Amino acid sequence: MGILKNKDLIGLEKLSKEEIELILNTAKSMKDILKRPIKKVPTLRGKLVVNLFYEPSTRTSSSFSLAAKRLSADGMNLSAKSSSVVKGESLVDTAKTLKALGADAVVIRHGIPGAAKKLGDTIDIPVLNAGDGAHEHPTQGLLDIYTILEERGKVEGQTVAIVGDIKYSRVARSNIWGLKKLGAKVRVVGPSTLMPKEIEKMGVEVYNNLEDGIEGVDVINLLRIQKERQGKSLFPTIREYAKFYGLRKKHLALAKEDMTLMHPGPINRGVEISSDLAYSGQAVIEDQVENGVAIRMALLYLLIGGGSKSE
Amino acid sequence: MNKLLLKGGKLIDPLSKKKEEKDLLIEDEKIVEIGEDLQVVGAQVIDVKGKVITPGFVDIHVHLREPGFEYKETIESGSKAAAKGGFTTIVAMPNTNPVIDNPSLVSSVLTKGKEASVNVHQIGAITKGSLGKELAEIGSMKEAGIVAISDDGHSVMDSQIMKLGLEYAKNFDLPVIVHCEDKNLAGDGAVHEGYYSTVTGLTPIPSSAEDVIVARDISLAEESGAKLHIAHISTKGAVGLVRQAKKRGVDVTCEVTPHHFSLTDEAITSFDSNTKMNPPLRSAEDVEAIKEGLRDGTIDVIATDHAPHSKEEKDVEYNYAPFGITGLETALGLVITELVKEGVLSLEKAIEKLTVGPAKVLGLDKGTLEVGKDADLTIIDLDKKWTVDPQKFLSKGKNTPFSGVELQGEVVTTIVGGKVVYRAEKQGIGDKG
Repeated sequence: MGILKNKDLIGLEKLSKEEIELILNTAKSMKDILKRPIKKVPTLRGKLVVNLFYEPSTRTSSSFSLAAKRLSADGMNLSAKSSSVVKGESLVDTAKTLKALGADAVVIRHGIPGAAKKLGDTIDIPVLNAGDGAHEHPTQGLLDIYTILEERGKVEGQTVAIVGDIKYSRVARSNIWGLKKLGAKVRVVGPSTLMPKEIEKMGVEVYNNLEDGIEGVDVINLLRIQKERQGKSLFPTIREYAKFYGLRKKHLALAKEDMTLMHPGPINRGVEISSDLAYSGQAVIEDQVENGVAIRMALLYLLIGGGSKSE
Repeated sequence: MNKLLLKGGKLIDPLSKKKEEKDLLIEDEKIVEIGEDLQVVGAQVIDVKGKVITPGFVDIHVHLREPGFEYKETIESGSKAAAKGGFTTIVAMPNTNPVIDNPSLVSSVLTKGKEASVNVHQIGAITKGSLGKELAEIGSMKEAGIVAISDDGHSVMDSQIMKLGLEYAKNFDLPVIVHCEDKNLAGDGAVHEGYYSTVTGLTPIPSSAEDVIVARDISLAEESGAKLHIAHISTKGAVGLVRQAKKRGVDVTCEVTPHHFSLTDEAITSFDSNTKMNPPLRSAEDVEAIKEGLRDGTIDVIATDHAPHSKEEKDVEYNYAPFGITGLETALGLVITELVKEGVLSLEKAIEKLTVGPAKVLGLDKGTLEVGKDADLTIIDLDKKWTVDPQKFLSKGKNTPFSGVELQGEVVTTIVGGKVVYRAEKQGIGDKG
């Protein structure tokens, strides 16, 4: 079995194709464990995984906690509200505290790009980025790619349309890096006010019209529209956004017939996706959730346990 | 009488177009003689063979942080850093705490400045507290000794107030130095808007935030006839606007910082908060336009925007870190390495933008090597290569993105008013007097 080059997982930009494939393969073994009657292995017994969350996130935090539990690691949650973070302790000082607590790995969610890297540069234990501002959300990117692989049999040559708020989306960025490395074609679709500058240099095609953007695609990955963007004139109203960029049944004929529909959740039903579609057979939203646990188990295993350089 | 004889150096004086190997004699605080093979009884002799002697550098954009932020820098520590960097005259921005916006504050900082090892001048605020609402006591501050006005750190967003500030400054023949940044366009941005802001997810500041205010301020200056100086120009668009305005005869000048011609926004991918400054590091295309502006004379001045901060302030998440880097002690090395060695500017042109260029903008009688002028001189070893080590800075601020970078060109000795205020270690300059 191969190893990951770096002690931290900061983003997919810095992973090689081989490393991504290693993670996906390891996740497959982990998913097998999740299919067993007893969904737990002793691999990381006695290891402490700390969730350090500066932004609220039930889904990602629970998914990491569950992944740690399935591998028999001890988990600990430090959220911004309960930790000294709000009392003005610096990230650098918090890192020292984590080390003193005996953490074997830290999962960090932070609102500022680069925060995960800063933590990783400060301590010598593995740091897993669970989302840093609009920079990257590598485990989400990996679980999306894993889901595509599972649903479509391969990633290479697939055309994936990522639709929505690309500008502020770390999910979009991680997906783009990973998908491009594995040979997929990537389109980003959304109003120009939600498109970051020069994103085409990442090797994607930019579409400002939903119908054009999803024409003939294999996969549609819908991003959640943050309601707080409303009122900042990035788009006039949620209603108008839904009218021009919300995916509805009538759009399905434009994509491939067997198109896979993904969404990182939580869904704003009736905004980026209509209710009937969210529960249609093409949607794999629950599979994504399950795959998320497998991906995070794989990463904890590779970084703390069996697949790191220390072993 | 105190006599100092510099022997065997190569004099470069951009104003008089001097470029020759001559001896230079200083008596007390003045240059008294320049000639071949001077023999002076009773003079202390400094052998500067193989070295270049230029007028002392003039930095019209530094943040000395006093009063209010003495933990970042003081007039004393900033002056020492200046001397080490070859600067004999520095001009402090008023964004201290309190903001220098009245004559008594001006007097108090200038009194402290008199004790410093280099000449310290002060800029006053355009508006009270630099809040952009009401004009400060500009005339009285001029009486107290300011050399320009600026609300550096912000643009005066109310165009009417800016217009009145320019018109009023004219009464007192004061240049107005503008930080050009549209507050609404810049928002809470931290980096240049482009490919690298997209990749890093860091909040972008578009080039237009600078360009629209440069255009506005040029228009207002043109209307009022006031003297406008644009601080730390950084975009291709802004360079173009200044070029056109100069052609029309508008009284406008501008400066660039060493980091804006040395680095591009690619540096932000390190997420190192020492790549965070305002204006932000721009794209490769902007850097090219800056170099063209230096070449064709659109850019008159190189100024450091020396902005020291404490380690604790910078050692945080990118967005939380304050803008700015130190600049006094790396300026010459960057000018020689990035501009002279790369063929962007001749040595004389580069020295001009560090000496007589900035002196002219503020009307200071500095920046030239002529008999009768103040003996403010910088002696340079052009070939010396050295590696930037922030721990060796005399500035309190160690915040630089150039740590570990090898530069060429080092200040050997700095002389202010005939007195040696800085001498590099192990340079082997013999006192034979």
